[in-house]
Amino acid sequence: MTAKRNLIVIGNGMVGHKFLELMVAKKCASDWNLVTFCEETRVAYDRVNLSSYFSGKTAGDLSLVEPGFYQENNIQIYIGDRAIAINRDKQTIASANGLEIPYDKVVIATGSYPFVPPIKGKDVSGTFVYRTIEDLEKISDYAKSCKTGVVVGGGLLGLEAANALKNLGLETHVVEFAPRLMPVQIDDAGGIILREKIEALGVKIHTSKNTSEIVSEDGKVIKMTFTDGSELATDLIVFSAGIRPRDELARNSDLAVGDRGGIIIDENCQTSDPNIYAIGECALYKNRIYGLVAPGYKMAEVACDSLNNSDISEQFTGADMSTKLKLLGVDVASFGDNFAKTPGAKEIVFTNAPQGIYKKLVLSEDSKHLLGGILIGDASAYGTLLQFVQNRITLPPYPEDLLIPPREGKSIGIGIESLPDTAQICSCNNVTKEHICNAIRDDKLTDIPSIKKCTKAGTGCGGCVPLVTDLLKSELKKAGIEVNNHVCEHFPYSRQELYHLLRVNQIKTFDQLLQQFGKGRGCEICKPAVASMLASTWNEHIMDTPHTGLQDTNDRFLANIQKDGTYSVVPRVPGGEITPDKLIALGQIAKDFGLYTKITGGQRIDLFGARVDQLPHIWKQLVDAGFESGHAYGKALRTVKSCVGSTWCRFGVQDSTGLAIELELRYRGLRSPHKLKSAVSGCTRECAEAQSKDFGVIATEKGWNVYVCGNGGMKPQHAVLLAADLDKETLIKYLDRFLVFYIRTADRLERTATWFNKLEGGIDYLRQVIIEDSLGICEDLEAQMQHLVDTYQCEWKTAIEDEEKLKRFRHFINSDRPDPNLIYVEEREQKRPATEAEKQLSVISNQ
Amino acid sequence: MVQSLPVRDAVTQWIYVCSLSDIQPNTGVCALINGQQIAIFRVGYEEEVYAISNYDPFSKAYVLSRGIIGDRKGILKVASPIYKQNFSLITGKCLDDNSVRIPTYPVRVVEGTVQVGID
Ligand code: SRM
Ligand SMILES: Cc1cc2nc3c(=O)[nH]c(=O)nc-3n(C[C@H](O)[C@H](O)[C@H](O)COP(=O)(O)OP(=O)(O)OC[C@H]3O[C@@H](n4cnc5c(N)ncnc54)[C@H](O)[C@@H]3O)c2cc1C
Ligand code: SF4
Ligand code: FES
Repeated sequence: MTAKRNLIVIGNGMVGHKFLELMVAKKCASDWNLVTFCEETRVAYDRVNLSSYFSGKTAGDLSLVEPGFYQENNIQIYIGDRAIAINRDKQTIASANGLEIPYDKVVIATGSYPFVPPIKGKDVSGTFVYRTIEDLEKISDYAKSCKTGVVVGGGLLGLEAANALKNLGLETHVVEFAPRLMPVQIDDAGGIILREKIEALGVKIHTSKNTSEIVSEDGKVIKMTFTDGSELATDLIVFSAGIRPRDELARNSDLAVGDRGGIIIDENCQTSDPNIYAIGECALYKNRIYGLVAPGYKMAEVACDSLNNSDISEQFTGADMSTKLKLLGVDVASFGDNFAKTPGAKEIVFTNAPQGIYKKLVLSEDSKHLLGGILIGDASAYGTLLQFVQNRITLPPYPEDLLIPPREGKSIGIGIESLPDTAQICSCNNVTKEHICNAIRDDKLTDIPSIKKCTKAGTGCGGCVPLVTDLLKSELKKAGIEVNNHVCEHFPYSRQELYHLLRVNQIKTFDQLLQQFGKGRGCEICKPAVASMLASTWNEHIMDTPHTGLQDTNDRFLANIQKDGTYSVVPRVPGGEITPDKLIALGQIAKDFGLYTKITGGQRIDLFGARVDQLPHIWKQLVDAGFESGHAYGKALRTVKSCVGSTWCRFGVQDSTGLAIELELRYRGLRSPHKLKSAVSGCTRECAEAQSKDFGVIATEKGWNVYVCGNGGMKPQHAVLLAADLDKETLIKYLDRFLVFYIRTADRLERTATWFNKLEGGIDYLRQVIIEDSLGICEDLEAQMQHLVDTYQCEWKTAIEDEEKLKRFRHFINSDRPDPNLIYVEEREQKRPATEAEKQLSVISNQ
Repeated sequence: MVQSLPVRDAVTQWIYVCSLSDIQPNTGVCALINGQQIAIFRVGYEEEVYAISNYDPFSKAYVLSRGIIGDRKGILKVASPIYKQNFSLITGKCLDDNSVRIPTYPVRVVEGTVQVGID
């Protein structure tokens, strides 16, 4: 056995870490003593998604390193230590912390640094770069005392930084030296559209500006001046004027570097010293720096193979610089020969200025092949188009069809089946179609998360996920695994189809529906789904005998089950408005029954810890005090939150509380595919947060703006404006239509936002249906809503007046004892369920 | 008379629980028998009944009688109302976790009354 050789990796960024991962994956790690220097204070993290740090991701979320990776694979990592010299004579590496380690081979993966132009005043406080987690921490700290921020540089990263400043609440400017934004990726015509879109979002763009000085006061930035004599006041500046390779180690050890920087490498990623490799953004191949992660990963692969003398070793021969991103919510993609530099290349351009869409295809001279393109405003075709370029797939006879979205829901271009096995699906991680399909087949994968885990496809920029999803669907189909939208094994129909059958055939019970259209006995999926459809069509009491067994426990006992099997009670407080007497009544009832009380996120009060046998007694008192069911237990309207509005607030322009109450009373008890939430704000300050609701209303000077399909919760989404300046009657008419349309067509447990995202034609289509009545169903929709409004009953009031229903509220059918397993402890002057450990203790002390 | 399986050979005594009409069709109730919480389900509109423990080992709460009943590929089962794991009404086996099984009990309907057997 030969002694292990030392391999030192300098830099633990995205590419350096990928290299080490590959060494392990290719089972070569044990042939070497692996050592790596990591200048930053944390191990490799996902720089590509750096900005998500501002939207709540933590450093931990961004980490690329599996816990234990370095220990388990015996890789010595020096965190927070920088390599300061490569002594090629002695074959050692020296570090800032004073180490000196001999090497046999070295891999330099030092990345790049943000270039800061030599502008007078550039070092005063308030100036930043945008590259590391530390940079972002510093920016967000400093921004707390700022109003305005400027990004110098209107390229890809600059716009990303601008987005971050905007999200930090700053008035944001972008200053670009070139005459247009993203000069490398986008042409002039596209630049105009992009600029308009971004300015519409409130970011101010200044092109053809050359900064001459950064002026400070008390050491802090106050403004910048330009060579054309103009100036711009600002509190904070982020430089994003390009990157420069970190080649200082190479320079100092006399390795060959490019004229404008970068460590020169060959096809094997070897530098001018064959014992030394360079990969990632510090490397220069054929006079080019590759500022994207995918080429870096490719270099890591090549270097790994070369170092291990692998016979399958590939070579690095340049890489694709295609990019797709969402900048400030605007889709931008640029791929292949985007500027039509190939001799004879032709262009097809599609511009839709009102909607801010620009698309360009670059075709080969014979128009048979796609060479490249630019997409702005709608980049949904990116994945497909890129496949055309990369796999030289012959174009269809009318390539312009690829530019204009099909109206009838037909998918464009190539079916995923026709792609060659070697087609690269995920360019970030170089994963091919074959690789993904094999993984799906061999490991029996059935969802995207497991494909990501298994193949890494989709874990970079995420741009390939739609293609991966198509692959998954087609593989499952081939394997005979049915991919259908059936409600469950008992009904071979989608919810929408079932809803239609139930209405058209006037079906009033689950059993009838099962008999006619289903099989088996039903389950916890179809039963509540059908119960909801029945309720939103016929509106019978959900505790009536044929319906009661269909309900989830919450609906069955008209209360929300808690972790210990007790329930919570939430009376309706329309619009959040409540009288002192009612507040006192709630307090008294909570006291009488020993309930934990809390103000909910929905502007009302929740009483927790009610035993099932206590529920009717609590409700008897609540009904007497004038309360009714709040339907917190149902997939139904929850609350219509309000702000105080024009009655008290000095800015209010309409009575938002009044409207909120009216809407809540109109739609109370409305059963729907999922819960429904709403809010009404009295002016544009939006204190009721109406734009995060399934339907939200904001008062204007002239009436009401109505927004639909927003969502808080797990995946927040802004609502979209359906119509503006409506009078109240029209508003209610539109809402009636909208709600019933949603109820009829959504999938089970699909909130309006998710439903909307799948709705072909988006908001325009919705407007056609709801406002212009393009389907001719509006009268029917309104009638159904009116029926539901007219047949509303307080479920609790009916229940407590019905002896038979009341009997069901007991823990034991043969004893009046409550559940003996419920044990509580006191915390902050109220009760809470005991933890398992506390329960054990109480059992012991009672013995 | 309909009787659920498996019946323990050792039943020495049948204990009256309630009348069949106290259980809504296709729902469950909980009975207290010798200090044990037993969930009894009435499947369909006739006399088909099953009994399993009321204790849900996943949420550690006594709630199974409040779950929705139905079948998975023909196996009669109840879904826990808390985290929705399914248990066979016949064997007590958890259909979502092989390693979990809860007790079942003999139960029968005699002249409109529901009875649980003990040994
Ligand atoms: C009580 C309350 C928390 C509180 O103490 O404030 C609450 C409690 C629960 N929420 Fe909520 N949510 C409460 C306000 C909210 C809000 C805020 C709001 O309504 O303005 C949201 C975000 C807004 C939204 O939904 O868009 C919210 C988003 C969720 C979600 C995520 C929904 C989504 O689409 O992503 C769930 C899970 C679900 O529904 O699948 C959820 C589910 C739940 C459940 C039902 C979980 C469960 O099954 O046990 C909790 C029931 C507790 C109970 O017994 O009452 N809760 N929940 C709030 C009751 C409001 C009310 O008066 O009715
Ligand atoms: C905000 C932002 C967004 C981006 N978005 C995208 C995108 O959407 N798509 C895309 O493909 N790319 C994107 N990139 C670029 C991508 O992050 C880089 O291409 C990638 O990180 C390059 O990897 P690297 O390992 O070469 O360099 P880095 O990830 O920078 O890693 C180099 C590491 O080496 C360390 N180092 C340097 N010198 C030494 C030394 N002497 N001793 C020890 N350690 C040293 C550095 O501190 C650094 O941690 C983005 C970059 C940023 C900043
Ligand atoms: S956020 Fe989670 S824990 Fe809190 S109430 Fe809502 S569902 Fe329950
Ligand atoms: S292409 Fe970026 S994650 Fe797959």
